[in-house]
Amino acid sequence: MPLTNEQVRRLARLSRLAMTDAAIDTTRTRLDGILALIARMQAVDTSGIAPMSHPQELATRLRTDEVTESDQRTAFQAIAPQAEAGLYLVPKVIE
Amino acid sequence: MTAAPFIDAPVSALRRALDDKKISSVELVTLFLDRIAALDTSINAFITVDRDGALAAARAADARIAAGTAGPLTGIPLGHKDVFCTEGMLTTCGSKMLANFVSPYDAHVVSLLKAAGAVSLGKTNMDEFAMGSSTESSHFGPTRNPWASDHVPGGSSGGSAAAVAARLAPIATGTDTGGSVRQPASFCGITGIKPTYGLVSRYGLIAYASSLDQGGAFGASAEDCALLLSAMTGFDRRDSTSLERPVEDYAAALHAPLADAAKPLAGLTIGLPKEFFAAGMSDEIRAATAAALDQYRKLGAVTREISLPNANLAIPAYYVIAPAEASSNLSRFDGVRYGHRAATYADLDDMYCKSRSEGFGAEVQRRILVGTYVLSHGYYDAYYLQAQKLRRLIAEDFRRAFTECDLIAGPTSPVTAWALGAMRDDPVQMYLADIYTTPVNLAGLPGISHPAGFDAAGLPIGLQLIGNYFAESRLLTATHHFQQATDWHLRQPALLTDAQK
Repeated sequence: MPLTNEQVRRLARLSRLAMTDAAIDTTRTRLDGILALIARMQAVDTSGIAPMSHPQELATRLRTDEVTESDQRTAFQAIAPQAEAGLYLVPKVIE
Repeated sequence: MTAAPFIDAPVSALRRALDDKKISSVELVTLFLDRIAALDTSINAFITVDRDGALAAARAADARIAAGTAGPLTGIPLGHKDVFCTEGMLTTCGSKMLANFVSPYDAHVVSLLKAAGAVSLGKTNMDEFAMGSSTESSHFGPTRNPWASDHVPGGSSGGSAAAVAARLAPIATGTDTGGSVRQPASFCGITGIKPTYGLVSRYGLIAYASSLDQGGAFGASAEDCALLLSAMTGFDRRDSTSLERPVEDYAAALHAPLADAAKPLAGLTIGLPKEFFAAGMSDEIRAATAAALDQYRKLGAVTREISLPNANLAIPAYYVIAPAEASSNLSRFDGVRYGHRAATYADLDDMYCKSRSEGFGAEVQRRILVGTYVLSHGYYDAYYLQAQKLRRLIAEDFRRAFTECDLIAGPTSPVTAWALGAMRDDPVQMYLADIYTTPVNLAGLPGISHPAGFDAAGLPIGLQLIGNYFAESRLLTATHHFQQATDWHLRQPALLTDAQK
């Protein structure tokens, strides 16, 4: 079923992508094409098949609880768009 | 000292030349850096060339060689796909989002190769965030196919493949999520291997689809790939999916003694999936594939028809699972800790949205939207869960097939390199061209693509071999014996031979 413009706006909103009205028609057309391709899956009966999330199906590895990393705050914050006094700066969120 | 014998030499010959002091690593690296300077303006295989860093690493390699502590790759130049983090150097992932990103640390693969003494020439071009099959979605412009400059090199590791094809680097790293090593290797007439999922650490490899992403190796031959891959694998505790297995010497295995030198592949059964040979591939690719299989039979292998009944579901399953994982992985790019931040914004939410839509290109945004859709409430079972069930059916197909054969063969791609821009407005057409490569990633199996001929336009055709889990050595050995008997992998783009003169 083709997407509506409203659905595309909602997906953009959930994805935190700004979507201009000019871009919405093209985006909807492209997404419809992709969803039509993946809709082929629906024809297959998969009842009783266990989903496979990972090729190796590993259990999460445990390790001893010990310090393995050193503090690299300065190095990490050196590449931040805006950092000051050891803090990442963002627009005010609490009045 | 003339450049050509070194530029065209296999890595094993470069090793001997370095060890015999016929050339120093500094001289060798300078030859390749100069070749990049001369030719890459028209190919655009590299995003970043690190002349100073390469020469410093070459000097250190020369010291190791002089001290007699050189390993197989010490002093050998290579290129890294720009998806691998490199400390102190740009790592862009082909995106505006990371156009100024300098990683504070090295990817595990990068540190392994540094420790081996290999010399990084720089970072190669790629589809943005490894999403694409043509290297056209790079923020830094498309890479051009060295065999025909108005054609794509394949993707997403198109820069690495084009660099090796044009001999701008003897070997290069890549990553393969749905075919991104094998398909560009095929389009550029070189050899490329994607190992079993979990063999190469993903630490410092910028994530696209974590359950599918796997590092791989490009070279002119199976032997060059074997030398590079041997240095890239190994357990890494920093990757939770890294496998604890002993490291193999794939290159040494190529030279194991043979019972019958005329039939080096005697005892090998190659399965031919009837689904891969159905309609859909060009006549030229069909003919080249048939000729390559004849060659494998001459070398002693037996071929038999097998079936992968769910292979046709791999494309839809892949284009659900990969975007789902991508939409989650790429949520980290929010303009706060690293990467692009919009210049103006009203509030925090507006900053997220503007930074992301300015920083990501069209194809990346499409995949994020598709991923968000298939994971959203009410659609999860119908899409994501269904795709994961199909993934099991596909993996089961392979498990059954490998009870009847040792390797599986077919074309790497149903088409040869297409013209730049030909699929720009039709992402679905481009997705469909991944038909032979995506099943391998969904199952987590190793695969290799090697040159097997040319189409009428002179564009390379690749043959894909797929192995069972951990069959890298078997894939490389089969390819090596094929390459001992054929010369497809020795052909070089005419354009460049002219430019060299």
